[in-house]
This record gives sequence, structure tokens and C-alpha cells, in this order.
Amino acid sequence: MTRVLAILTVTAVCFAFLSGLVYSIWQIGATTTPVDLPALLAGNLDDSGVENPVTAVLLNFRSYDTLLEIGVLVIAGIAGISVAKTSSLEDPELRTSDELLYALQRWLVPLTLLLAGYLLWAGSDRPGGAFQAGAVLAASGVLMRLGGIPMDFLRPGLMLRLGLSLGFSVFLLVAVASALSGSRFLAYPPEMARTLIVAIETVLTLSIAMVLLALFVSAPINNAEEPEEGGS
Amino acid sequence: MTEWSLDILLVIALLVTATSVLWSRDLFRGVVFFIAFGLLMALAWVRLRAPDVALAEAAIGAGLTGVLLLDAARHLSNDESQGEDGKEKKP
Repeated sequence: MTRVLAILTVTAVCFAFLSGLVYSIWQIGATTTPVDLPALLAGNLDDSGVENPVTAVLLNFRSYDTLLEIGVLVIAGIAGISVAKTSSLEDPELRTSDELLYALQRWLVPLTLLLAGYLLWAGSDRPGGAFQAGAVLAASGVLMRLGGIPMDFLRPGLMLRLGLSLGFSVFLLVAVASALSGSRFLAYPPEMARTLIVAIETVLTLSIAMVLLALFVSAPINNAEEPEEGGS
Repeated sequence: MTEWSLDILLVIALLVTATSVLWSRDLFRGVVFFIAFGLLMALAWVRLRAPDVALAEAAIGAGLTGVLLLDAARHLSNDESQGEDGKEKKP
């Protein structure tokens, strides 16, 4: 009986949510007025502090979305770590110690680190930015992990917590500071916009890399032998 | 003309890899096709003149998700083989 009630309640809630969603989409479709977004963006690009329109949208005009996005990422990272068996994070034993991989990563890791730095720096005036740089940084971390380089900062502890939350907290701090100093939430003062954007992007890169790497590292380690490729 | 044929080839390759991901019974195969799909998708974003999205797709979609999926597939197949004949290995 309670089961049926629970199913009915869940169905009702889902239906209400769905109809709300359909209604809001209907509203948006009915009231939309054609806005020339590229022209609007090009006209306001000078105020944003950066030259790349994508970065300008992501970190200035619609930075609220990016703030929420990094929040979601951090939550996903924490969830990934918490469902992991703690032994895999604490385990000093490394996954593989492949000689070929070890030789390869000595060439690749410096290059990927350099590439991540370049992507971060390039984000302000050409394609690139925090997310791409963070992903590349995380990829170099994955290579290091696979190649058997110990990374103590990924063990549960202060460093991990700090790294995971750094991007979101700095972003939020800037947002609140701008709200307190008189302008609106997340509205940067124009003369400091570029500095603030670059600073936020840097901490975002670190946090994103940390989240992605923590997701990879916290996957359970199997004691079973290596299976054949594609064997199932 | 060459650009058109390139685009059509790209679309066909995308469709083929996407259906291969969905229809492959072997997990490892599926993941490999998924990575190939991600790389082709990055090319498609480049063709659509969205280099930012292409970079993100190549780095996150093909690279990191691929690594995570490969890891997951390996663990899944390990669990399976342990369920079948792993008992004598580990008492």
C-alpha cells in the first residue's frame, strides 16, 4: 500500500515538474523577440575586459552560469570521491608500472603542462580557457598517475579539499565582493575586469583539473590480474 | 566542393561510429568507438567554426571521459571474470 502511494506521489511530482517545464518552454517560445546576439556581443565586447567573445560570455556576461557549472562539478567530484572505496585513495600501491608508459610520459607530461598553461593564457583573446586548460591539466595528471608517479595531494586531506573548493570559493568571493561594494552580484568593476577574469580562470583551471583527476583516481583499484584487451 | 565532400564524409563517419557505440556488445569496443566519435565530433565543431567547443570536446569528451570509461569497462569485465572463474584465484 505504501509502495503504491510512493509510486503515485513520485509520478505526480514528475508529472508536475514535466508540465511546468513544458509550460515554461511554451512561454519562452511564445514571447521570444528576435535578438541579434552576435551583434549585441560584438558591441559590448570592449566592456568585458577580454577579447575572446566566448570567454567574455562565459566569465563576464553570463558568469552566473559558469559559477553554477563549477559548483555542479565540485559536487560531482565530491560524490565520486565519497562513493569510492577509501582504500583506493589511500593505497600507496600504484596502478601500473609500465616501462613504455614511463618513458612516454617523461616526454608528454611537460608538454601537456605547457599546453594547459598556454590554453589558460590564450583564453582571454583566442580559443581556449579554464575548462580546456583544466581538462588538459587533468589529462597530464592521469598520465602521471598511470605511469606510477605518486601524487600525495590527491589523498583525502586538506590539499584535496582546498583544491576542490578553491575555484568555486574564489569565484563566489569575487561575486559577493562586487555585490557588497555597491554594484550587482558578479558585476566586475570595469577597470579590474581583465585581472579578475584571469585570476578566476586560473583558480577554475586548478579546481577543474582537481575534480576530474579525483574522479579518475578514486575509481576502485582491482586486485585481479590485467584482463585481455576487450575480453569479457 | 572538396569541403562539401569532407563534411559529408564527416557526417557519415559520425553516424557510423555513433551506431557502433550503441550496437557493440563488447564494452571495450564500444568505448573505443566512443573515443573515435568524440574526436570526429571535435572535427565537426571545427568545421562549424566553434574552436572553443572543439577543444573542450577533444579534451573532455574524447580524452578524459574515454579514460574513465576504459577504466570502468576494465573493472566491469574484471568483475565478470571473477564471478565466473575468479573463485579459485581468491579464496
